[in-house]
Amino acid sequence: MSFNIVEFLKSLVGLNVSEYLKTVVGDQAWVNFVSDVLGVVIISTFCLLIVIFLIWLERKVIARMQDRIGPNRVGGRYGLLQTVADVIKLLIKEDITPAGADKVAYWLAPFLTVIAALLIWAVMPFAPGVIGVDLDIGVFYVLAISSASVVALLLAGWGSNNKYALLGAFRSVAQLVSYEVPMILALLVPILLARSMSTVDIVRAQTVPFIFVVPLAAVIFLISALAETGRTPFDLLEAESEIVSGFHVEYGGMKFGMFFLAEFVNTLFMSGFFATMFLGGYRFFGLENLVVGGDWAIGRLLSLVVFFVKMFAVYFVFIWIRGTWPRVRVDQILNFNWKFLVPLSLALILTIAVLDKVIPADAGIYARSSILLLANLLLAMIAIEIMRTVARRKRKGSSVDAVLDVNEVEHHTHDAHHEVAAAH
Amino acid sequence: MSQEWQFIAIFIVLSPIFPAAPVILNHLLGPRKPNPIKQQTYECGIETVGDSWVQFKVQYYIYALVFVIFDIEAVFLFPIASAYDQLGLFAIIETVIFVVLLAMGLAYAWGRGALEWI
Repeated sequence: MSFNIVEFLKSLVGLNVSEYLKTVVGDQAWVNFVSDVLGVVIISTFCLLIVIFLIWLERKVIARMQDRIGPNRVGGRYGLLQTVADVIKLLIKEDITPAGADKVAYWLAPFLTVIAALLIWAVMPFAPGVIGVDLDIGVFYVLAISSASVVALLLAGWGSNNKYALLGAFRSVAQLVSYEVPMILALLVPILLARSMSTVDIVRAQTVPFIFVVPLAAVIFLISALAETGRTPFDLLEAESEIVSGFHVEYGGMKFGMFFLAEFVNTLFMSGFFATMFLGGYRFFGLENLVVGGDWAIGRLLSLVVFFVKMFAVYFVFIWIRGTWPRVRVDQILNFNWKFLVPLSLALILTIAVLDKVIPADAGIYARSSILLLANLLLAMIAIEIMRTVARRKRKGSSVDAVLDVNEVEHHTHDAHHEVAAAH
Repeated sequence: MSQEWQFIAIFIVLSPIFPAAPVILNHLLGPRKPNPIKQQTYECGIETVGDSWVQFKVQYYIYALVFVIFDIEAVFLFPIASAYDQLGLFAIIETVIFVVLLAMGLAYAWGRGALEWI
């Protein structure tokens, strides 16, 4: 067998690895098997290695937002090797199992959370043809696998024989389970518009990116994605200041590292998934179809770049939110979910479903999109107005709350102060 | 079809390797000098009082119940959403009634105070 480097590179650029493999291993079943194994290894290694960069990025960006410099010693001026040093440090730490721990649960949890975090990447479309596997129930698969991480958190909290860990696990299960509902309902909207659960089909359907068609669904998904990954302002499953990191307080060394890794991989996945579902994924004004010089499908490589730019833009928003917002209380989190997000997303899915049938089929895509957009904005305005009215009524109900509320107008607060003083 | 799921199967079989490799490496590289003090659970410097597997608030259980209802609803809504073109008027009215019924369930739970964090 002769090895032609030009042909090999061409097959890489065209991403026709399977044809190349056929010349190496021959049999079609083996070609499928080898390319599947290769795909798994590539996706997983990508996830594990990108985390090193993500942690550095997060520390650097957060530092800048808090008027610090961030990592700046290890690996040159920008501290590029800081995370590598941290990983090495974690690797040479002692492996402690706390006394009285449930060993099976304690050891199983870090594995399960990483496995769940890796498996969902199988359906992420990076570029045309660059996807683990295009399942026809892709979105459903993501939701099914990602809820397995809830079990892992509960195992970790339960197995650690620590009250803080258990408290953190309870909180996280209540939170993750609750926010799965608006997430599912928000994801139904792009599925409804694309008429498919396959992630590739949803990207293909986005001639107009869905964020311009159903911005409300995008916002609901973004909020519940923040809660699902346990990031600020919904990070009370970790809450360092209250329950000392929650479910993973008893973990050390690389087992702790695995929880950390899963968190970052999940956050990046949610950014990528947001980009796929609402920002048009790898599409950018038909760039993905660009072909140069006959058969060099350069557009595919460029669309990979487009996807990464979109994914990291969303990831930056996640970091930004973490840098700006304080943590909310557990009752506020759950109330906000069950009494605001869930009814709102139910109303949204009904509105979109009815409008979709009411708008005549021969209306152009832009007319259709604008009507849906208007409906979304109207619904959002109504929801916010209802929330404001309820909040205002609540504030009037008790004057002590009025003292605590910083948004209240100045003279109002003064009155409340007097009332409290009089009461004393 | 089976070709697609072959990838998932391979992924599930291979995926434990990726968390296992660093953890095993950690196990080999790290020192191992266990002692009773070191293995105590970390509860702010105070020794653990009583059993750690405490009873939990019933509120968590109620949220889980409400969640199960909505999760099953979603399982039914996914096929409806992806095959929306093939649905007639009757099916759509039925779907709307289904969603409204569930919304009424949520309203009932809300009214009975099941969603209050006590």
